[in-house]
Amino acid sequence: MKLQVSNLNAWYGPAHILFDLDLSVGEGEVVALLGRNGAGKSTTFKSLVGLLERRSGSIVYEGRELASRPTHEIARAGLGYVPEDRRIFTELTVEENLEVGRQPARPGAPVWTPEKLYALFPNLAAMRNRPGGRMSGGEQQMLTIARTLMGNPGLVLLDEPSEGLAPKIVEDMATAILAMKREGLSLLISEQNLHFARLISDRAVIIERGRVRFSGTIAELQANPEVKEAYLAV
Amino acid sequence: MDFLVVQFLTGLAGASSLFLVASGLSIIFGVTRIVNFAHGAFYMLGAYIAYTLTERWSGALGFWGGLIAAALAVAAIGALVEIVLLRRIYRAPELFQLLATFGVTLMVQDLSVLIWGPEDLVGRRAPGFRHSVDILGQSVPSYDLLLIALGPLVLGGLWLLFHKTRFGVLVRAATQDRDMVAALGVNQRWLFTGVFALGVFLAALGGALQLPRDAVSHTMDLRIIVEVFVVVVIGGLGSVGGAYLAALLVSELNAFGILVMPTISLVLVFLVMAVVLVVRPHGLFGKPEGPPRAAIGGLIRPWRPLSGAERLGMAALFAAAALLPLVAGSYVLSVGTEILIFALFAASLQLLMSAGGIASFGHAAYFGLGAYGAALGAKSLALPFPAALACGIALGTLGAAIFGWFCVRLSGVYFAMLTLAFAQIAWSVAFQWTSVTGGDNGLLGIWPPAWASSPAVFYWITLALAAAGVAAIRAIVFSPFGYALRAVRDSALRAEAIGIGRRGVQWTAFVIAGGFAALAGALFAFLKGSVFPDNLGIPLSVDGLVMVLLGGVETVSGAVVGALVYRALSVVLMSQTDYSKLVLGLFIVVLVVAFPRGIVGSLQALLPRLRRARASSIGAAALRPAE
Repeated sequence: MKLQVSNLNAWYGPAHILFDLDLSVGEGEVVALLGRNGAGKSTTFKSLVGLLERRSGSIVYEGRELASRPTHEIARAGLGYVPEDRRIFTELTVEENLEVGRQPARPGAPVWTPEKLYALFPNLAAMRNRPGGRMSGGEQQMLTIARTLMGNPGLVLLDEPSEGLAPKIVEDMATAILAMKREGLSLLISEQNLHFARLISDRAVIIERGRVRFSGTIAELQANPEVKEAYLAV
Repeated sequence: MDFLVVQFLTGLAGASSLFLVASGLSIIFGVTRIVNFAHGAFYMLGAYIAYTLTERWSGALGFWGGLIAAALAVAAIGALVEIVLLRRIYRAPELFQLLATFGVTLMVQDLSVLIWGPEDLVGRRAPGFRHSVDILGQSVPSYDLLLIALGPLVLGGLWLLFHKTRFGVLVRAATQDRDMVAALGVNQRWLFTGVFALGVFLAALGGALQLPRDAVSHTMDLRIIVEVFVVVVIGGLGSVGGAYLAALLVSELNAFGILVMPTISLVLVFLVMAVVLVVRPHGLFGKPEGPPRAAIGGLIRPWRPLSGAERLGMAALFAAAALLPLVAGSYVLSVGTEILIFALFAASLQLLMSAGGIASFGHAAYFGLGAYGAALGAKSLALPFPAALACGIALGTLGAAIFGWFCVRLSGVYFAMLTLAFAQIAWSVAFQWTSVTGGDNGLLGIWPPAWASSPAVFYWITLALAAAGVAAIRAIVFSPFGYALRAVRDSALRAEAIGIGRRGVQWTAFVIAGGFAALAGALFAFLKGSVFPDNLGIPLSVDGLVMVLLGGVETVSGAVVGALVYRALSVVLMSQTDYSKLVLGLFIVVLVVAFPRGIVGSLQALLPRLRRARASSIGAAALRPAE
């Protein structure tokens, strides 16, 4: 297993949000983390990368226990994080945003350069010197992914990549994600859009109120309308 | 005309050092979100160490090398302070950070007297820049021209650093979003230390460069820090370009203000600052601050009015205090009266800090205005004692109303810096307006009338007024207005959504707190029989903050206990040492790092069983939406 999370619990202040979460991502696998708004998807990601003050449980990445490590060490271990709200550095240009993400190459993980990323996201190539604040939502979404890839991660946590994007951009995004997968990246992608998740993922994990409710392949999920109805239907 | 040009050049030269110090403060704030009060101390240390090095090392190389080496040495000291002290308090409320760095300032003051002596030191002139240059028939020191050139050079150098190096790009990124930078694999610790050292280097260089222009003295730290606060408030915290522009503006205002009227320069600067703040509340180039990360309110357990038994206990304490004159001599009574006065002063500040969630760094202004109001009322207007007290309250309230109107437009660190700047302006007026205030000599012979002049009677009067004041402040906290104030503290947005305007509520609290502080000041004037500019000074403002902190900032009126312990301690301890600032500074730092909840707060935490029965769970209130 690339990433093995067991018994993950997380809190916001005194509020307990995640309960004994177990999930795993295999080498080169794309796993969709599904659930409604407020189910705890973003909280799961934030607690994996250590951005919450309090969490417990085990996070083993490539055989290394990361649960007690600070955020920057988790990132350096190879766990890339793309936040839902993108968190582009608005004052910095596209090139500078990529520079912030730059880390040395890592054995066993695909190596990215700005040129390679401009090829993956052609829109970005045309605006290298534009400040991040003067880009559209779709362009910012691509930049935030490209910025994380500059760290040459082995696994990317992608939080709601299709959220708020126009249908055409969502298609581009799916293409890009599949290209990342072809490079050998493992991905954990949170989604509310089941259609989008089906396009790109191998397996799905559904959470609701901070607990895992379903875990299986996409085909198993398709064959299980009760699960879809209970945890995904709005 | 020619003369004006020369004056303009003098202003430009003065702007360079100011810019160096202010840009350092701005850079540090941008990344660490700490307003480094000790920045003035590092500026002063830069000057002192440069003095020592340039005296030892001869020749031009020795001089210029000495300046740079001094700035580097101070930067290393700064890095040490960051690693040892600041790392522990990055997530603490702003108030704690300001206080801790002020504690460092106090320690540096005494240490520099210890090392370099109390006398002003006059350093070497700069080799190669000893002469004057003839410009339009007027002679201008060539060193001034060097400084004028240096400002834009440093500005350009900083621009290159921030745009052309990886370190600079990381700093700019961290200025916007520290957590995201960490999530991308950057170790923030060393970034923070590096930024702090860079900012301190700039401050120390600014100080070292003053060596050929001005004597080195141990008062230069507070002088520069107030000017720097004004500069960053005008220019916008976190903006280097804004710091440069504002430094130019302030220096030119000083240079030309002195021509018009020596005393008016500060008022001019103040007026400009006021205009800027009304038009652009975050300064010329500043951006709105995010919400403060740890408002004091977040720590507070639910408050409740005193129960019947506790009220009886308070009444018993009051009665015991009233019996003091029966057993104590006049010295103890005068100390007791002073403690009562400071209890009222600290309680008024606590209203702002605990219930209001806003920390004034210039609360002494209203204490001092009350003292001057009472003194002027008694002397110039020949008012009777009660009317003179009322006159003091009126002046203090008026001052709080005017200053507060500007201050509540800001929040967080901007608020703290502005209150400090206003207090310093009030101090300058008292210091410079000799014909009315007596300047440094103060106003003397302010004694209570015969019927109130015995220590016992004056003690009783003070006890009655202070107790009534503290009780009134408590009542305010638990009144509908107090709820509104606390609602604004906990969430200005939600409070405004239900029709409670933040500014109006905070301004009212500011004026009320100023009025009670003024009453304390008026009593103090009659206790001491005199008023001095010190009654408005920064040290007194900080004393107030320490009392609140010592008592417990999470409590409703722990400040009363804080004032009692702090004044008693200072009377006993300070008489034992010549290095009172060193002791006090260390005390503040230890307090902030080790006992952030204060005496009353710690006691409450130590007696959880007593409290648990009554305090409702805060869990439900603190629930936030998931995701």
